[in-house]
Amino acid sequence: MTNWQHFVATFFNAAVMAKYLPDIIDGFILTVGLAILVVISGIAAGLLLAVLRSFGIRVLNWLLIFVVDLFRALPPLVVIVLLYFGLPSLGFEPSAFGTTWASLSLVLMAFAEEIFWAGITAVPKGQWEAARSTGLSFLQTLGAVVLPQAIRLTIPPLTNRTIAITKGTALGSVIGLSEILSQASSGVSFSFNPSPLTLGAAAYLLLFLPVVIAGRWIETRFAWKR
Amino acid sequence: MSNPILEARGLHKHFGALHVLKGVDLAVAERELVFIIGPSGSGKSTFLRCLNRLEEPTSGSVVIDGIDLLDRRTDINHARQRIGMVFQSFNLYPHMTALGNVTLALRKVAGRRRAEADVIGRAALARVGLADRASHYPGQLSGGQQQRVAIARAIALEPRVMLFDEPTSALDPELVGSVLAVMRALRESGMTMVVVSHEMSFARAAADRVLFMDEGLVVEAGPPAQIFGAPQEARTRAFIGQIQRH
Repeated sequence: MTNWQHFVATFFNAAVMAKYLPDIIDGFILTVGLAILVVISGIAAGLLLAVLRSFGIRVLNWLLIFVVDLFRALPPLVVIVLLYFGLPSLGFEPSAFGTTWASLSLVLMAFAEEIFWAGITAVPKGQWEAARSTGLSFLQTLGAVVLPQAIRLTIPPLTNRTIAITKGTALGSVIGLSEILSQASSGVSFSFNPSPLTLGAAAYLLLFLPVVIAGRWIETRFAWKR
Repeated sequence: MSNPILEARGLHKHFGALHVLKGVDLAVAERELVFIIGPSGSGKSTFLRCLNRLEEPTSGSVVIDGIDLLDRRTDINHARQRIGMVFQSFNLYPHMTALGNVTLALRKVAGRRRAEADVIGRAALARVGLADRASHYPGQLSGGQQQRVAIARAIALEPRVMLFDEPTSALDPELVGSVLAVMRALRESGMTMVVVSHEMSFARAAADRVLFMDEGLVVEAGPPAQIFGAPQEARTRAFIGQIQRH
């Protein structure tokens, strides 16, 4: 057997791939569902926190910044493990799916808050003044004038951060969540062949390439003529 | 003055330890155009911004069209519809068209429906000579056009008083004229205006009264002929002398 044939038989073994494809598909579907939930809840919570922060209530902001810094500092894997093994001692037994979802959402929330906040503060003060001088309230100004501009500014960093964090769905494998990586690794263990990992990699590409492309599209779509 | 439409009394403003306004009074009659001049740091912009409470005065009173702006019970958002403001840096909303800029407050504050607001907005744009630019974004307009859209945004709400904060200072010289022309037309239509500006020839030609401010106080006030031709105060003379040298 040549090196090439050996390489193909090891990483692209058709028989092994065919056998574990259904498992990878299951993992793919679960990962997609989890990723969508994380993106929605993480970004929504981050935006909500950034809006709350803009009210400038000092005590609330201290609390908010503490929470945000906490989840930005902790590695997502640590959050997942802490929640999964810590919460049962409080009499609350979360599922692997629920834990991974909550952990990644909290981490995305924290980063999204910082990104949205940076966007809000990057909108020139004159925009606030112009809107307020025509009688718009604080919230109307925030909603109609400041946030649309802030969100446009934040789309590139937010897209990157969102992709980085949703890839963290793979961390769910540590607590037995049957997502792509977990399905692929168990395939490897049973078949003594790494081809399921190749499938897993393909599944991740299938999942995240469209997200990257969509991010690029949103970026151009949302750019306004200066 | 019998019935001032705008009256500020004893306005003080502190920024921390900095005492920017040291008791400024101003009464403006309906249809009057008051010009405020003075060196930078004299407090003239701060004073103007106190008149619609973009800046919160430390003490004093501001009454516009019978509404006490500093009264806690006053709905400031409602009151601000009666006070238009135009800024040095235009401050148009870059994500909205010219018409969108002009109609936002009409819809959100004045409670007009979109179709209604659009009619009023187009009329306001026509008044500043930009009827054909309604669907342009600010980035597609020249500085002078942007400032005229900003004026349209303010007049669309039918304010009783218009405040101009150095409206031509950020413009290329060749674009200043178009903005001044709109301001002149506005004055001829009877709008009450308070203008902070360095456009002395405009002040001389159009102002009813000129205030010279320095170090947070009104040093001298009078008709343009007096302030520019025969200033009474030494500080006014020095300032006028300086600006007339170039």
